[in-house]
Amino acid sequence: MHHSYFLDYLWLIPLFPLASAFLMLVIGRSLSKRAVDVLCVGSVFLSFLHSAGAVWQLLGLPPEQRAVQNVLFDWVGGVFRTSDGRLGDFVAEWGVLLDPLSAVMILVVSGVGFIIHVYSTGYMAHEDGYYRFFGYMNLFMFSMLTLVMANNLLLMFVGWEGVGTCSYLLIGFYYLKKSASDAGKKAFIVNRMGDAGFLLGLFLLSATLGTITFSSAGRPGLERILAIPEAVAISGLGVGAPVWTAIALLLFVGATGKSAQIPLYTWLPDAMEGPTPVSALIHAATMVTAGVYMVARMNLIFQQSVIALEVVAFVGALTAMYAATMGLVQTDIKRVLAYSTISQLGYMFLACGVGAFVAGIFHLMTHAFFKALLFLGAGSVIHALSGEQDLEKMGALWKKIPVTAKTMLVGTIAIAGFPPLAGFVSKDLILEKTFSREADIFFKMLWGIGILTAGMTAFYMFRLFNLAFQGGSRVAHDAEHHVHESPKSMTVPLMVLAFLSVVGGWIGWPKALGGGEWFSKFLEPVVAHVPVPGEAAHPHLSHFAEYSLMATSVAIAAAGYLLAQFIYLRREGLADALAVRWHGIHNLLYRKYYMDEIYDALFVNRTKDLASTMGAFDRGVIDGVGVDGTAWLTRFSSRISIFWDTWIVDGSVRLGSLMVWLSSYPVRMTQTGLVQSYALLIFVGVLLYLGFALLGAPELRGWK
Amino acid sequence: MVPTEHYLALSFVLFTIGVIGVLTRRNVIIILMSIELILNAVNINLVAFSRHLGDVGGQVFAIFIITDAAAEAAVGLGIIIAFFRNRSTILADEMDLLKW
Repeated sequence: MHHSYFLDYLWLIPLFPLASAFLMLVIGRSLSKRAVDVLCVGSVFLSFLHSAGAVWQLLGLPPEQRAVQNVLFDWVGGVFRTSDGRLGDFVAEWGVLLDPLSAVMILVVSGVGFIIHVYSTGYMAHEDGYYRFFGYMNLFMFSMLTLVMANNLLLMFVGWEGVGTCSYLLIGFYYLKKSASDAGKKAFIVNRMGDAGFLLGLFLLSATLGTITFSSAGRPGLERILAIPEAVAISGLGVGAPVWTAIALLLFVGATGKSAQIPLYTWLPDAMEGPTPVSALIHAATMVTAGVYMVARMNLIFQQSVIALEVVAFVGALTAMYAATMGLVQTDIKRVLAYSTISQLGYMFLACGVGAFVAGIFHLMTHAFFKALLFLGAGSVIHALSGEQDLEKMGALWKKIPVTAKTMLVGTIAIAGFPPLAGFVSKDLILEKTFSREADIFFKMLWGIGILTAGMTAFYMFRLFNLAFQGGSRVAHDAEHHVHESPKSMTVPLMVLAFLSVVGGWIGWPKALGGGEWFSKFLEPVVAHVPVPGEAAHPHLSHFAEYSLMATSVAIAAAGYLLAQFIYLRREGLADALAVRWHGIHNLLYRKYYMDEIYDALFVNRTKDLASTMGAFDRGVIDGVGVDGTAWLTRFSSRISIFWDTWIVDGSVRLGSLMVWLSSYPVRMTQTGLVQSYALLIFVGVLLYLGFALLGAPELRGWK
Repeated sequence: MVPTEHYLALSFVLFTIGVIGVLTRRNVIIILMSIELILNAVNINLVAFSRHLGDVGGQVFAIFIITDAAAEAAVGLGIIIAFFRNRSTILADEMDLLKW
């Protein structure tokens, strides 16, 4: 094999799942489950192998050369003039790009994707539409890999829309269930609003820069233009120009939709209507992180605008806390995890917003491991309880489904942020970067929100764990008999993910604790800090300060843990008593701040009103005056035409025929049709002729 | 020796009877028979003039006409049978298909 085989054939990576998705579409119905397994799981495995090989070969290159492209063809292209009069050679290629950032993403997407595909063969074994499920999943893998490997923003948008479509299809997988199909529509429509922002940002960017390519050999790519200060100066688009803020904020609107941030987060909890592996793959590990990836990928743009970064950080921190508070009281096991996902995504945006893109991507990766683990574990619990999702009807499952319980415990500890598990390393990096961003009260406040959220995270996760696995059993009698550990195809993925949740963070182990921060070094070329004029020097934290920060976050996580133990294990009934005591707050959180109702009242119903007004306008004016009026006019003019036709045109024809009929009357009388009357006429005629002939021939008159 | 005028008179009488038959009778068979009478009147005429003028050509034509009459009777009767099968009548005044 050629020494750069995988790098030369990068474009194959998304195509394996596309091929099997296509096969599922065409012949999936007639395939056995076994064949579907082999094709669909196998294709994702091939993608994973190619991804791993490609990343391995990428690591073999020197750091400054670690950006490999495969361009398949020029996709959209043309020469045009930018808004300030320069000539832009705008080309969007169908090309894939592998650099450290996309390397991390393809490993997470194809790796976690493969594990979840394996899990799905067990979880979905008894479901109808098995091939349909795997077809959609593979289509999702293709879209997601296209999204993260695209070498320009437009191709990324193709993947972006593709994952949105697959998300819609998979949320509504149980399409006979009204709530599921509604949730699918909700996800799609809310995402559509974010996508509008993405598109506007994309247009503005291409109009401003004349390129949307991330980095390109022959053509000046985004990176190159922005990285060379002279080019920026020449174009008059220096750091801090308002246009960067506009582009960044528009793109961030897209990210809030896809990654479920305030204000476009409401679709994600409802998306839990889909099968659990879908929640794990799409709504926890991969698709919802696309927004974070996009912000990190566009970090050069975001770094041009201090305002945009601060907005990102603020929205991220706010979402992190806001979603965590709702997670505190939810009773549906998957919804708790959904709010947790929103909250963790908030952390990632907080990291991006404080310029710590590495930390954001790092947390994206570790979160993919432990959140996929938690979701798959929740799926295993649901599977064991014959479909029960209510935490109030679980309990004491620790002994009954030991593998699920133990792996869930690992995931819980990881997300709660206890060292040395993955969640601790990445979350702590985010908090440290937030704290040390600037000596400004704004960032200290964000840090405060982050640390508070960390406490809540530990609390609600251990609450979930205690309600599900500890304490007394509240399982319904019918389900109690059928409680069973899941098959190997489900437990082995759990164990693999649990292992990753433990060790996944070690590649970024902080220097203060004797680590190498290898992950940061790897990503540094892509997300290098661009100095902003006038910005304060980043205060470098002493080791002592770092230790204190870590101790603080671990302490508050421990506090959350202890509180959950106290409320849900030590004191029976305390939780209910508290819920009654703080009835108002509990209800507010339980009903999700009435945000769905508020959105319904503010936007959904107003949209419906607008639609019915438009409908009335359509019926009354367009249909009534326009269409019906035209019909009336046509009918009226045709009546005139009918009158003219009947009386004038037809009348003259009929008059002619009447005249002929009248004048032919004597002639018609001789035509009897009887042969004898004709014979008589002939006879008389001959007699007459003879008479005249004889009279006119005088020489015969003397005939004798 | 019978004078030629007598033959012509006989011929005239036969011809007149034939014409009256053709024009007045309803039955097609009788009309055919009347036509035979007319033909025979012509034959008599031809033969009489043949003898009167001493030219044998008239007798030759009389033979032709007899042949023709036979053929005509065969064809005519065939048509009448076919017609009767279709319309169940052989009355001439009910045959008005010529005026559709």
